[in-house]
Amino acid sequence: MILGLTRSWSLIGYLITAVLLLPLLALIVQATQPDEAVFTHLFDTVLPTYIYNSLLLMLLVGFGSLVIAIPAAWFVARCEFPGRRYFQWLLLLPLAMPAYIVAYVYTDMLDYAGPVQRAMRTWFEWQTPQDYYFPAIRSIGGAAIMLSLVLFPYIYLLARTAFMEQSSHLLHASRVMGCGPWRSFWRLALPMARPALAVGVALVAMETAADFATVSYFAVPTLTTAVYDTWLGYGSLTAAAKLSAIMLLVVFSMVGVERFARRKQQLFQKQSRLNEADRYHLAPTKAWAAWSYCMGLLVVSFILPFAVLCAYAVDYFSESWDDRFWQYSINSLYIAAIVSFICVAFAVVLMFVRRVSPRPSDKLASRLSSTGYALPGTVLAIGVLVPLTYADFAINDLMTWFGAKGPGLLFTGSVFALIFAFCVRFVAIAIGSLESSYKRISPSLDMASITLGQSPRQLLRSVHLPLLRKGMFAGALLVFIESMKELPAALLLRPIGFENLATYVFQFVSDEKLEHGALAAIVIVLVGLVPLIYLNRSLEQSR
Amino acid sequence: MKLLNNVVLLGLAGMTFSATAADPLTVYSYRQAFLVEPILEKFTEQTGVDVNVVFAKDGIAERIAREGRLSPADVVLTSDFSRLMELVEKDLVSPVNSPAIDENIPAQYRSPNHDWYALTMRVRNVYSSKERTGKIDIDYQDLASEQYKGKICTRSGKHPYNVALVASMIAHDGEAKTKVWLEGVKANLARKPQGNDRAQVLAIKEGLCDIAIGNSYYYGKMMMDENQKSWAEAVYINFPNQQNRGAHINVSGMALAKHSPNKDNAIKLMEFLTSNVAQGMYAEVNMEYPVKADVAPSELVASWGDFKADSLPIYKLAENHQAAIKLLDEVKFDL
Amino acid sequence: MSTLSIHNVTSDYQGQVILKQLDLTLQQGEIVALLGPSGCGKTTLLKAIAGLQAISEGSISINGQVLSGDGVFVASEQRGVGMIFQDYALFPHLTVADNILFGVKGLNKLERQTRLEDMLELVKLTGLGERYPHELSGGQQQRVSIARALAYEPELMLLDEPFSNIDAQVRHEMMLEIRAILKQRNVSAVFVTHSKDEAFVFADQLALFEQGRIVQHGAAETLYSNPNSHYVADFLGTTNYLDVTVTAEQQVDSPLGSVISTTALPHAIGSKGKLLLRPQQILLQANDKGDAEIIERRFLGSVCHYHVLQHGVFLEINSPMMNFNIGQRVQLVIPEHQLVVFSE
Repeated sequence: MILGLTRSWSLIGYLITAVLLLPLLALIVQATQPDEAVFTHLFDTVLPTYIYNSLLLMLLVGFGSLVIAIPAAWFVARCEFPGRRYFQWLLLLPLAMPAYIVAYVYTDMLDYAGPVQRAMRTWFEWQTPQDYYFPAIRSIGGAAIMLSLVLFPYIYLLARTAFMEQSSHLLHASRVMGCGPWRSFWRLALPMARPALAVGVALVAMETAADFATVSYFAVPTLTTAVYDTWLGYGSLTAAAKLSAIMLLVVFSMVGVERFARRKQQLFQKQSRLNEADRYHLAPTKAWAAWSYCMGLLVVSFILPFAVLCAYAVDYFSESWDDRFWQYSINSLYIAAIVSFICVAFAVVLMFVRRVSPRPSDKLASRLSSTGYALPGTVLAIGVLVPLTYADFAINDLMTWFGAKGPGLLFTGSVFALIFAFCVRFVAIAIGSLESSYKRISPSLDMASITLGQSPRQLLRSVHLPLLRKGMFAGALLVFIESMKELPAALLLRPIGFENLATYVFQFVSDEKLEHGALAAIVIVLVGLVPLIYLNRSLEQSR
Repeated sequence: MKLLNNVVLLGLAGMTFSATAADPLTVYSYRQAFLVEPILEKFTEQTGVDVNVVFAKDGIAERIAREGRLSPADVVLTSDFSRLMELVEKDLVSPVNSPAIDENIPAQYRSPNHDWYALTMRVRNVYSSKERTGKIDIDYQDLASEQYKGKICTRSGKHPYNVALVASMIAHDGEAKTKVWLEGVKANLARKPQGNDRAQVLAIKEGLCDIAIGNSYYYGKMMMDENQKSWAEAVYINFPNQQNRGAHINVSGMALAKHSPNKDNAIKLMEFLTSNVAQGMYAEVNMEYPVKADVAPSELVASWGDFKADSLPIYKLAENHQAAIKLLDEVKFDL
Repeated sequence: MSTLSIHNVTSDYQGQVILKQLDLTLQQGEIVALLGPSGCGKTTLLKAIAGLQAISEGSISINGQVLSGDGVFVASEQRGVGMIFQDYALFPHLTVADNILFGVKGLNKLERQTRLEDMLELVKLTGLGERYPHELSGGQQQRVSIARALAYEPELMLLDEPFSNIDAQVRHEMMLEIRAILKQRNVSAVFVTHSKDEAFVFADQLALFEQGRIVQHGAAETLYSNPNSHYVADFLGTTNYLDVTVTAEQQVDSPLGSVISTTALPHAIGSKGKLLLRPQQILLQANDKGDAEIIERRFLGSVCHYHVLQHGVFLEINSPMMNFNIGQRVQLVIPEHQLVVFSE
């Protein structure tokens, strides 16, 4: 804390926060505008179904991910079996896979026309769909499975850490009192991991609520797709904003669950580490079963879809490898690079102010600036366009008033809107990354620097920045990946005619010919793998 | 912070689509770029005016409305009639005074107010399985009948092509009857509405359903595609309602953007699109029926035979557009 | 002239008062220890001196210049105080040399080099300038942090529990070494500790804290032998208390008989009080018929620590006589000394 911190630092912090909160405020203002006709109509007809679908999907994905992730986390954290060390990071790979790509690949495989059903028809000599039952892939259940397959790593990661940080002593105590591994798991490990699991489920539910591409491809109408349709189909921004407000209600309640559970988690998890020797050494058959489970999960959620993508890419290489592929890759990288730079810069300032400022209002401001992460892409897009359109017109009017020629659509007609939205959504990631880096810098370093006569700026430059390098890099990397992957906001905010890899790939998905865009999809996945490898390295180092 | 500003400004400067640059035309297109690019290139070749075409699947009307007087759009190309109407309803178009266009396009295919023009026509027809159904004489009304239970495939009811069809049903039969009809069709569906028109033909080929609703030019497109030829060969193309009011026609079209910064060149482009050259390209490349009377459809399209088209003036569809969307929501057609 | 002058300083944080009306002055070259249990406010006062903690009342000045109080607040970076931390607070990304020169300003290259070498020599780390902090032992790191603070040429040195992370074997030596350095440079210092032993070794003056207040302030010997309260007496060492009645100006009557004081007692004759006796102020004499009995014995090296019971009075006594066994009877003798009696 620096008592004499000048107001200008606070002011910069407030300014950044205000900018980042602008979309949320705009959305609320827009949602309170009167627009009875469209909203009432929606409310009377399809809206209840949309809400029901959204909630059901969140529930199913939360439950599905939980069921998939817990055994994997338990095996990796608490058991010793061949390949365990590799699985502990391999099981994170599905995070790099956009759900709609997995959905496409499985639909292609399991649809009526796909190889699986074809083979079954040939084998059993069935003729028509009435001859047999096969679950519909393009259904809410199908969407739940696809989303679970790519989102379970969130829960896996948290559960694994929770299991590993449960004190060995507790385990010993339970063993001494006659609880075998199975009973220890149910009576001890699982209940103690409950807060971590709740955090995971809340994150998964938020991601599910934000998903646009998968449900749109599966024709499962949810609140997210409803926002999109209402806006573009009915052309009612206000009705779309009202829907967004409903959605925010759902999402913020998830945030609440997450925050609450995180606080609980600190009670249950001490910074103790499980000894290598305390893992259960599995008998060969059990070890084999654990291996099969992890391997099976990995194949289904990552290896198989990725292999299919690669096969597509080989088959349709000449169609994929064209100028557009390059142009859109460059667009994606360019946007992602700018966004990561801005996010990290904002995060550094906000976290620095939060750390050194003696004023509670400054700390609150910097906390509020993370709110954007909760806004699903479609919702965020509305929040971004409303104020930027206003600004565009204001600038043009002002310049016309001065007799100059207006610059046209400076913000909404350029990638500015896109970059702005991405920053609002992803700055929280950079902040989180810097927060954990900052925790490792002893507060007495600040006091040392200050008492040695260095100004706050010098403190930031010559002490904090060098020590935050790793956190800044990790934050930038994560923001970069998310910016590459983010679809709905990009779809809605890109300047007309502008494509990046995500919109390009989604175009192919919705036209049912991902084969032609497989190369672009592979790039998204591969770029997404980079932080996982990086994350793995830091995991390895920390043990 | 200074560096940051510079980076952002640099980015903006690079990416801003300037609304004020005089020369190139900006075309907002609901039609996919590859469909219209060859024709626009021809225009550039002839006139020396560059054209930037930008494609969007939806939201163009919303975007132009938001861009308001700052919009860079000159001409809007739509893939169907409802999108034209949306532009008109939102007051985003401006009337064109061009005798050449009026001469090229018959009166029933353009707005009495000169604020929109149809460019091509396609029939919303019914595909049937060669193997299981054969060629059929069918009315749209029959799609709701008991005999097709579990046999029909279609894309989303909310897709403009289907909305226009429903609007025509309302125009002919009234809202109440159309609602009953929609419920009947929904009950007959083999699967939840999904995919595009071609995917429905594939579904017939795979045996998932026997009957599908789809646009005529997709049939031609599939016949020309090596991978998809076998799909098209599995179905017959049937023109509906031939014994009575005729098959529902929907049109692709164009309009001049209200705040077009280059109106003169924009009208030049619109005139070109109605010319023999452009109309011929639409017919040959896209397998659509040209609106210009003296331009013939392609050989393949002609081979499907003549048909009776619904004589309902297409702007009548506009009046029932909103009602159609509401009905589709009410019967939960897509859910 | 006093280097540091603290007057009536009060500080509160979120409605809770953590420092209550503190007064303290420090002469040039003097070392004062702020002593007390954890949470008593001693570190808060240190931070207030450094400008890292706000004060709500009173004033803090160095060399006559007000730093905090009376509407004045001089920023930490302009106070010219050096600070030494429990965790050393060395910048991990800088070498020893860069750490030491971190706060040095306004010198040319040669002068900086000279300053660095002086400092390295002073703290006996010559030749280690290019190392990084993590390559040094704990004691070496602490010496770097001393050098860093001294290189800044502070008016006043603040030390926050600087020895608590150093192994017990070398701690004593380290304290003497650093004390010698400070004395050699004639730097005034405020030293925070919870250990009375460290305070005795390192400081000239003690200021004993209790819940945000300084309860007694003065030379270490004074506080030990003439504490002004039970709290001070107990904190600085083991205590025995006897119920006594003052019978004369220099005499009290206790359960162990009458005890003579070498100085006059400030109490009225006939008043009752508690007599403070340190364990070494009671002598043991072998006597089979003695009134007292040894009930516990612990060998401490130079002395033996006994628990003794006499007429129901329990006493802790340190004696150089090692040969008493448990159960043995002894005679207790309290020699004349300056008595400390707390009134009831």
